[in-house]
Amino acid sequence: MADLKTSFLGISSPNPFWLASAPPTDKAYNVNRAFEAGWGGVVWKTLGEDPHIVNVSGPRYSALHSNDRRVIGFNNIELITDRPLKTNLDELRQVKKDWPDRALIASVMLPMNAESWTKYIPMIEDTGVDGFELNFGCPHGMSERGMGAAVGQVPEYIQMATEWAKQAASVPVIVKLTPNITNIVPPAKAAQDGGADAVSLINTINSIMRVDYDSLTMYPTTDGMGTHGGYCGEAVKPIALNMVAEIARTRELAGLPISGIGGITDWRDAVDFLALGASNVQVCTAAMVYGFKIIDDLVDGLSNFLDDKALTFDQLVGKAVPSVTDWQHLNLNYIEKAVIDQDLCIQCGRCHVVCEDTSHQAITNSVDGVRRFEVLDDECVGCNLCVSVCPVDGCISMQQLTSGNDPRTGSAITEEKLRWTEHPNNPMRKMD
Amino acid sequence: MADNERIKAGRLNKSEIDEGFLDLHPPLPRSEALIEADRCYFCYDAPCTIACPTGIDIPSFIQKIRSDNIRGSAHTILSENIMGGMCARVCPTEILCEEACVRNTHEEKPVEIGLLQRYATDPILESGTQLFERSARSGKKVAVVGGGPAGLSCAHRLAVLGHDVVIFNRDSKAGGLNEYGIAAYKTVDNFAQKEVDYILAIGGIELRNESPLVSAGDLDKLRKNYDAVFVGIGLGLSNELGIEGEDLPGVENAIEYIADLRQAADKSQLPVGRNVVVIGGGMTAIDVAVQSMRLGAENVHMVYRRGPDEMSASGFEQALAQTSGVTIHHWASPARIVGNGHVESVEFKEGLKLPADVVFKAIGQALSAEGYGALQQDSGRIKVDVQQRTSIPNVWAGGDCVAGGDDLTVSAVQHGKIAAIDIDRQLRKT
Repeated sequence: MADLKTSFLGISSPNPFWLASAPPTDKAYNVNRAFEAGWGGVVWKTLGEDPHIVNVSGPRYSALHSNDRRVIGFNNIELITDRPLKTNLDELRQVKKDWPDRALIASVMLPMNAESWTKYIPMIEDTGVDGFELNFGCPHGMSERGMGAAVGQVPEYIQMATEWAKQAASVPVIVKLTPNITNIVPPAKAAQDGGADAVSLINTINSIMRVDYDSLTMYPTTDGMGTHGGYCGEAVKPIALNMVAEIARTRELAGLPISGIGGITDWRDAVDFLALGASNVQVCTAAMVYGFKIIDDLVDGLSNFLDDKALTFDQLVGKAVPSVTDWQHLNLNYIEKAVIDQDLCIQCGRCHVVCEDTSHQAITNSVDGVRRFEVLDDECVGCNLCVSVCPVDGCISMQQLTSGNDPRTGSAITEEKLRWTEHPNNPMRKMD
Repeated sequence: MADNERIKAGRLNKSEIDEGFLDLHPPLPRSEALIEADRCYFCYDAPCTIACPTGIDIPSFIQKIRSDNIRGSAHTILSENIMGGMCARVCPTEILCEEACVRNTHEEKPVEIGLLQRYATDPILESGTQLFERSARSGKKVAVVGGGPAGLSCAHRLAVLGHDVVIFNRDSKAGGLNEYGIAAYKTVDNFAQKEVDYILAIGGIELRNESPLVSAGDLDKLRKNYDAVFVGIGLGLSNELGIEGEDLPGVENAIEYIADLRQAADKSQLPVGRNVVVIGGGMTAIDVAVQSMRLGAENVHMVYRRGPDEMSASGFEQALAQTSGVTIHHWASPARIVGNGHVESVEFKEGLKLPADVVFKAIGQALSAEGYGALQQDSGRIKVDVQQRTSIPNVWAGGDCVAGGDDLTVSAVQHGKIAAIDIDRQLRKT
C-alpha cells in the first residue's frame, strides 16, 4: 500500500484527508468519532469572539436531490461555532493530547481590527493546535457583519487580516478563500502577500436551493422568511477544481501550498484536486451525507490508485497542472472524431437526437432503413457531446485523426500546431 | 356447472381465496416510481413507443412522473390510449414496450413501463379528473356496436371530436372482455367499470346495455339512422374441439367460466373441480388454469398441442401458471373425452391420459357473424383496411372481430381510435 502519510506545512497526518471546518468538527464528540474512523486531521469549526453567535433553530440545511434522493448539492445557513470560546479551547487542548498524530487546525473568524487578532490568536494557539485557518469564506450571516466572505471578497482586507494573524501566530496560517469572486488569483495573491503559509479553497457558493411549490416562498424558511446560504457538495467540485488549478498554474503564486476543498466524495475526487495542485484535501458534505465511514474508501482508494500508477503521493500532487492552459493556446490543427462501438450500443439514440437538435447533425438515426447510430465524419466537429450523454460507459470514444484530410473541412491533417494566437482569423495575431 | 363432490364450491375458505385474487402487480408507491422512472433513458424515437400498439409517448410520460407532473403524464398516456389504465394491468408488456426497452441490452432488466403507466393513470381515474374536453358539437351521430375496448375507445374519441355516440352493447355491463374475460387478479376493485365510467363521463355517449344486434336488418337500420357505424363486437363463439365426449357434463368453455367468476359476488361460492384439465395455450387458458388453482382445485393440467414458444401466452404468463401450481403439458392433442354421465378423463393422441372433473376448452373464439353477413370477411373475421373501414360504406370495424389482429385489448383500443379519426374526417367532408 502506498504511504499516505503526509506533511502539509510541516503538519503531519496519517493521510491527506482532513475534515473541513464545519458542523462535523463542531465539538470533541464529533472529532473523536472522526479520528476513531481514521480521518487524518480536522479543521475545527470556526471560532469567534465571545459572546458566541446564535444559530437559527429551524432548517439550516437543504439539498439538491437526484430522483432516488441521492444528495447532489447541499446548502447551509449555519454560522460559526455557537458555543462559548472556553468550551472550544478546553476541548481542543484535550483532543490534541488524545490524538497527537492527527492534524488539528483551528479555524478562526475575527473582526477587522488588529486588537482582536492579537488577543485571540495566542489564546487559541496555547491549546496546542498545529495551525490556523482563517475563514474568509462563509458567504452567509457572518458576511453581513463584515467577516467571512466580506473579507475574502476584498484582497486588501485579506492581506491585512493575514498579516495580523501571522504576527500573532507562531504556527502555520492557512487562508481559506471564498469562490464568490470573479477571479480567484487576486485573493490568493493577497493571502500570499500577507504572509499566508497556504490557501485552502473553496468555501461555499452563494445559493438559494429552490422555492416551495405550495407556498411559493423560498425553501427552506425560518418562520416564513429565508436567506441565501452556502452551496457545496458534489455539484460544486468542477468550480473548485478550476479555482485550484488557476492558483496552481499562476507563476506569481508558485510554491503556495493549496488545501483542496469542494465536493470531494470518493478517492477519485481527491485525485482530481491533488493532480490539479492541491497537496492535501478537506471534506465536509460527503461526511454529512454518509457519515465518517467514507474515509475507508478515500484512503484505500487513493492508496490503490497510487500503487496501480506506481506513483508516490508527492508525485501525484500537481501532476495535471502543466496540462491546464488558456484557450488561446489550444492546438486548432488537432482533430478528433467520435466513434461509436456498435457492439456496445444499446440503441437509445440519445447521441443522435442531441447532435441533431443541438449540435452538428453528425450522427445517423438509421442506415439502409435500419435503426443505427453512426458518426458522419464529414459533419463531426469532435465536440464530445455524444460521449457525455451516452448512458453506456465506453460505448462512444473520441479518436484522433492523424493522417489524410479532415472529411469535414477537407484540410490536410498536419502535426504542425496552430494556436489562436497565430491563427489567420485572429485580427490580433502575433506576426513573426 | 354441477355441484357435487367432484365439483363443488368452498374448497378454500374466503380469506384463502381473497389472498389468491389479490392484485397480481401491486401499484408502485411514489418512492419506487421515482426510482424506476429515473431508469428511463428518454430514448430518441423510442423503441418502446414503436412497440406500443397505441403509440403512447412512453419516455415523455415517464419524464413527467419524474417531475411529479402526474396529470401531464396521464394526459400523455390517455390521449393515445383512453384505456391506458387497463392496458397498464393487462398488456403483455414483456412482448411489447418492455421487450423493446433498450435497458434489456444494457442489463437485461427493462424499465417497468406497465407499472409506471398504472402509477400515472390510477390517481386520475380514482379522482375522475377529466383531461379532455369535447370539441364544438358537429351535429353528427355515430352508432357503435359493442361496448368492449374497441367500441369504448372509438366512442370516446368521437365524443372528444364533437360527435354524439350511441353504444349498443350486448351485455348488461360495458367493458367487454375487460369486464368478463380477464383474470380477476389482473383487474381488482372493479377497475373495469371505473374505467367505463371515466370514459363515459366525457359526455355525448349514450350507453344502451343488453342491446345486441341480431339481424342483418339491424345493421341496415343503423346505417340509415346514423351518420356512421362502428362494429366492435368481439368474438361471440368459442371454438369446438370436435372430438368424442365434448358434450359430456363438466366440459366447459373457459371464457364462460371466467365471466361467471368475474361477476361472482363471492368467489368462495364458485364450484370448482378437483381435477381440472385445460385445453389450449393462450391467455384465456392460463387465466382459467391459474384461477381454478386459486379457487382450490387440487390438480390443474394445461395441455397444449405445440411447444412453449408457440404458445400465444407470454413467457411471463406461462411462468405465472407454473409457479401457481399448474402443470403444463406440451405437444399433446386431445383424442377423446371419456365419462359416464359426467366427464372422467381426457385421452390424448400421444398417449397421455388425465383424470378430469372439469375440462375447460380454451382454444380460441370465433366471430359470430349473424347479422353481419353483408360485411366481407377474411379468415373468418371482418375484413378492414388500414383506416378500419369495412367493405360497406360508412361502416368501420375494430377489435377482435376484425381480421389480422392480435386479440389484445391495446390493439382494440387502437382500432377504435383510428376508426374514430377516420369517421371524423369523413363526417366533416359531408
